[in-house]
Amino acid sequence: MSARIAGFSALALAALALLALVPRLGNAYYLALAISLLQYTVLATAWGLFSGPTRYVSLATTAFFGVGAYTVAVLGEILPWPLVLLTAAALGAIVAAIVGLSTLRLSGVYFVIFTFGLTELIRQLVVWFEVNKSRVLGRYVFVNITQADIYWQLLALTAAVFLLGWLIARSRLGFALRVIGEDETVAKHCGINTTFAKVALFTISATVMTLVGAIMAPRWTYIEPSIAFNSMISFQVLIMALLGGAHRLWGPVLGAVPLTLLFELLSARFPNTFTIILGCVFLLIVYMLPRGVAGLFEKLSTRTSGKTTQRVAA
Amino acid sequence: MTNAILTGLMLGGMYALIAMGLTLQYGVARIMNLSYGEFLIAAAFASHWLFTGWAVSPFVGLALVVPLAFALNFAIYKLLLTPLVRRAPNRDALEVDSILATFGLTFVIQGSMLALFGGAYYSYSFLAFPVQFLGETVAANRLTALGITILLGLALYAALTRTRAGTAVRAVAVDPFAAQLVAINVPQASALTFALGGALVAAAGVLVSTFLTFSASSGVVFTMKALIVVVMGGVGNMLGCLVAGLALGLSEALVASYVDPGLTLAVNFALFLAVLLVKPAGLFGRATR
Repeated sequence: MSARIAGFSALALAALALLALVPRLGNAYYLALAISLLQYTVLATAWGLFSGPTRYVSLATTAFFGVGAYTVAVLGEILPWPLVLLTAAALGAIVAAIVGLSTLRLSGVYFVIFTFGLTELIRQLVVWFEVNKSRVLGRYVFVNITQADIYWQLLALTAAVFLLGWLIARSRLGFALRVIGEDETVAKHCGINTTFAKVALFTISATVMTLVGAIMAPRWTYIEPSIAFNSMISFQVLIMALLGGAHRLWGPVLGAVPLTLLFELLSARFPNTFTIILGCVFLLIVYMLPRGVAGLFEKLSTRTSGKTTQRVAA
Repeated sequence: MTNAILTGLMLGGMYALIAMGLTLQYGVARIMNLSYGEFLIAAAFASHWLFTGWAVSPFVGLALVVPLAFALNFAIYKLLLTPLVRRAPNRDALEVDSILATFGLTFVIQGSMLALFGGAYYSYSFLAFPVQFLGETVAANRLTALGITILLGLALYAALTRTRAGTAVRAVAVDPFAAQLVAINVPQASALTFALGGALVAAAGVLVSTFLTFSASSGVVFTMKALIVVVMGGVGNMLGCLVAGLALGLSEALVASYVDPGLTLAVNFALFLAVLLVKPAGLFGRATR
């Protein structure tokens, strides 16, 4: 087993080193595409980190992404970059902990509804604050961050998320979450502090999302609430994670990569019917792939292994 | 003060009307319909088109749009949602599946409306004159809408409590499995209730279009308001729907006139959270889980 882990980490490190070379290609279009791919990979994986095992459907991705982006818009010129990222992460964690503590006690559907509106709520609060207190709506982002820097930061974050997810799945917390996902009542009777486990993972997942928002912020030179809190991000991330299969750590990537490419193509070729196609893709996934691509793989592999055992038995 | 309260009550009545259909769909058919607001906007567009293009009064529009919406929602339940109902091993799974499916539907409807009407805001002038009511000046169209809302609410309440079909529907809401044991056709009752919910939201859409401006993408706001009212009042509870709707409208109007109009949504959520933390099943809900 440990040999397998060592081999796997060597492979992952090699892949990481190869991916780190992408900005060296010198092609701005491919770099931009690679940034989009990494952005959605991290967001979808972070989404799956919490929603996969617990089966709570969260629509709050944008809320945290926006908090991160806005932190950069406000503090980007005042503080050194690492400190800005740290502040963003802390803010995201605080918001997530408050939201988690107040809503995660409630059962699943109420949670969906609350997260559904959370983005709007935070956006309205930001707008209200900017209009009434700071008297600006929209801020310019002047930070010394290049596209390549954004890419490398996202790549580092991707590696960190996968490592984190792998560690959580092997920890007591990961086990507790899987029991919660199976049956919350049973989990409570087993003596699992379900609220703590859920809030802890929700906070971790949200902090990662906030960091993505902060890292991506320098891509725009001008930020206003409707850009930072664009609710489309929540929806796209949700579709990606579901297509890939949120019950596996590596599942969401399988959805994020093809769908990012698809959306890229669609928004360039068919900007007017983009929403309709998005909806159709979503419906297809729900009906055809209830457990995502990862579920499909598992089904196929159990079918083939089932055949072998049958053959052996015969 | 009277003005704020009156505005709040009219707003609240509208919220209650908007949420009535959803509480039926979710409480009885167990479909958490996230595309609910899109149906409202579609009805509003239909009414706008009938009025500006054909000079059809929204009252006549109601008679045209509502049956159409009933048929459409019945078809949607039969074609799109029945496979999910069959597939779901339990209620929670159906809820998650229905959220995802109707979510996809949201984009299809919204995208179609965007393609048809563009992103601009629409409105038309119908009964837009001031009248005196309880010593305050209010818009006639809002008052008419409130009157029709009350009539619809009473009719629905009577239908649910006084008729055989209504009793069957309430039985399904309480326990779909036991309802089957007393010879209630549960799939049929669910489909009809879902369609009835769709008809109600279409009625709400027509009424709302007489006094509010709307655009192809404003459906989400109505879905959110309806969800908040339904959950706050207790799922599937008509009275809860009314009380929660009024509470929401009142608090919104009071905050808008005395604190800051920019904070209405924040008040919605604060109220929503406060109710859920004290009574997780809603104001009039029974604690089932």
